[in-house]
Amino acid sequence: MTDAVLAQGLPGIVDDWSADKQTFQVHWGKAMMWIFLLSDTFIFSCFVTSYMSVRSATTVPWPDPSEVFALTIFGQHMPLILIAIMTFILISSSGTMAMAVNFGYRKDRKTTALLMLATAAFGATFVSMQVFEWSKLIAEGVRPWSNPMGAPQFGACFFMITGFHGAHVSIGVIYLLTVAFKVWRGDFEKSGSYVSVEIAGLYWHFVDLVWVFIFALFYLW
Amino acid sequence: MAYVALADRGQVLSHPKSFITKYIWSQDHKVIAIQYSLIAVAVGVVALILSLGMRLQLGFPDTLSIIDPSEYMQFVTMHGMIMVIYLLTALFLGGFGNYLIPLMIGARDMVFPYMNMLSVWVYLVSVIILMASFFVPGGPTGAGWTLYPPQAILFGTPGASWGIILMLVSLAVFIVAFTMGGLNYVTTVLQARTRGMTMMRMPLTVWGIFTATILGLLAFPALLVSAIMMLFDRLLGTSFFMPAIVSMGELSETGGGSPILFQHLFWFFGHPEVYIVALPAFGIVSDLLSVHARKNIFGYRMMVWAIVGIGGLSFVVWAHHMYVSGMNPYFGFFFATTTLIIAVPTAIKVYNWVLTLWQGDIHLTVPMLFAIGFIFTFIHGGLTGIFLGNVVVDLPLSDTYFVVAHFHMVMGVSPILVIFGAIYHWFPKVTGRMFNDTLGKFHFWLTFLGTYSIYLPMHYLGFLGVPRRYYAFEGIDFIPESAMTLNSGITVAAIFVAVTQILFFINMFWSTFRGPKADPNPWNATSLEWFTPQTPPIHGNWGPELPQVYRWAYEYSAPGADKDFTPQTDPPTDAEIAAR
Repeated sequence: MTDAVLAQGLPGIVDDWSADKQTFQVHWGKAMMWIFLLSDTFIFSCFVTSYMSVRSATTVPWPDPSEVFALTIFGQHMPLILIAIMTFILISSSGTMAMAVNFGYRKDRKTTALLMLATAAFGATFVSMQVFEWSKLIAEGVRPWSNPMGAPQFGACFFMITGFHGAHVSIGVIYLLTVAFKVWRGDFEKSGSYVSVEIAGLYWHFVDLVWVFIFALFYLW
Repeated sequence: MAYVALADRGQVLSHPKSFITKYIWSQDHKVIAIQYSLIAVAVGVVALILSLGMRLQLGFPDTLSIIDPSEYMQFVTMHGMIMVIYLLTALFLGGFGNYLIPLMIGARDMVFPYMNMLSVWVYLVSVIILMASFFVPGGPTGAGWTLYPPQAILFGTPGASWGIILMLVSLAVFIVAFTMGGLNYVTTVLQARTRGMTMMRMPLTVWGIFTATILGLLAFPALLVSAIMMLFDRLLGTSFFMPAIVSMGELSETGGGSPILFQHLFWFFGHPEVYIVALPAFGIVSDLLSVHARKNIFGYRMMVWAIVGIGGLSFVVWAHHMYVSGMNPYFGFFFATTTLIIAVPTAIKVYNWVLTLWQGDIHLTVPMLFAIGFIFTFIHGGLTGIFLGNVVVDLPLSDTYFVVAHFHMVMGVSPILVIFGAIYHWFPKVTGRMFNDTLGKFHFWLTFLGTYSIYLPMHYLGFLGVPRRYYAFEGIDFIPESAMTLNSGITVAAIFVAVTQILFFINMFWSTFRGPKADPNPWNATSLEWFTPQTPPIHGNWGPELPQVYRWAYEYSAPGADKDFTPQTDPPTDAEIAAR
């Protein structure tokens, strides 16, 4: 960052914080979503930190995630393939969401609604693949309280963390569908602001970002 | 992107008509605040009665023992949890936060009134779940308010069958309620201030509640996660916190979990929780002292930075609750250092309170008495905190009554005195009527002296090594007979203080309906909440125009002014403009 940018930026921050009426020049709903996501970040951080603590404390060997989540497709043994596809789908959904926000601000009602539907569809696909993953592991005998492949905490952490994240995605799908319906009905044409689309987008990108951390710390470690 | 601030928009509230939408399913922040407060006080009375059960056992073990050892543990647990979370947190943030934030910053309501309404009802659900644990088989959990595993969920601990489940579910529900309310408080302070109301013109009450809410939003997640994990341990048989245990000669099916992990999660919540309760009290007491001493608060900016600094530091001191759990000495060193650093901003606040009083025109009104009483009890509790922040001093004192005395002084009596002071202070605004002054002064003196005679002797018991959480002390050689006498005295004082509170309830109840009509601004205060068009304020708070703020909230006894207070809404005089 150059000094010139700093010279402009710092007084800007000071002005924002010392202003009357509002601290951030944004819709209050957007500010509230950011604060909620900060709080939610702490929830996920606690989950992931606890998982890492439990994993390093247990004396029983931890199963190798790349083998546990491997699939054999067309005779090919592919480690982590399911998780890779799931990650790809979720990140793609962030892309369609970002486009939806963009088209929203261009007041393109139909394209926005369709892109949000596509995002929700990606999300639903992600959740159904997670259901498949859960059933596969349950069929292999993994339970929250026991695990034939090694440390019982593997099952406990897996179901807890992916379950909590999956709940976030499922809630997000319902949330996106609700906002998409409102877009389609023309609510935001009347109010003149598509900020609700952006707020929903914030939540969706957050859920996506959390997955990246879960992917890195649970599946790749 | 330019965005029209809430303060610049027209009124968008729709006024409810029916009784139910006006007083029960209300979205008005003032009604929600009263609902929050009434629930919190009701559940607090339950916790008070529990403490009397414990005190009778401790004071008169042979004659007035009405509870058995299991019940004693259950009472300890429920008393602690209710007081800390369901009373103090809910009353300060849900009660005072809801009532005062929009009025003090000049907003018509919280930014999201519907979610605010949900918050109070979900809070009620959490209280009902908690109270239900008194009626399930086995009764409420007796794990201690810290709920340490493994004993919290091992059979043999009272309430390990149902009580602990209900406790954990209730906590999770409470956190949902708090999050819905807390997002509202923070966003309202940030985004819905009126014209001229900058952050540095806000009363310290708003600063305290605002910072405490941020702490809550960042600290409660740790409690939520630990509650979920312990529920899994209890219901699904996972081993997050459960090591392999030999119980009744049999090896448990659990193994490999870490009880210390729970302690870290719990105290990562638990220590900020202390300041979630303390910071609103700090803020409110600053305003009470300033108003009733007719003097501006000393060092306003430092007061704000001290609140923010204490809030930040509170996240890096949690392990000082775990010195006796055993830890690497370097950790103990780190956490002792950070803990003692907190004494610096705290001392700034205490000095500033005292300096606010210095040469002030002190009116010993009922709120002022409570505020000054707070300074005493808080200094007292704060000094013993310095003892306990040191590892080597903490180790022998940790499991004694010294700790009980310390946290009741700093976290029990002090915030409660502020709550009483604040209720008396804002009572005329909330109800439009005046309370009975004589009854209020009796209430203060009896409560203040009474609580001192409860907790001061407890320090002495702690130095004698009397252990806490014990049902009875028979056959413990090192505890002298005099300690038992002292215990009886403490119990008498506790009953006395509890009975004294009847004065408060009579005063409040009678004055709400029969008290003399109050002046809209009986204390001649400057902050915005005293300048609503109606008293009590109606839905929407302000007239057609939001107020315009020109100055900070502490313009008392300003030189050259014609009266000893200048409201925030008074435009600058010619002399003031010339002085710039």
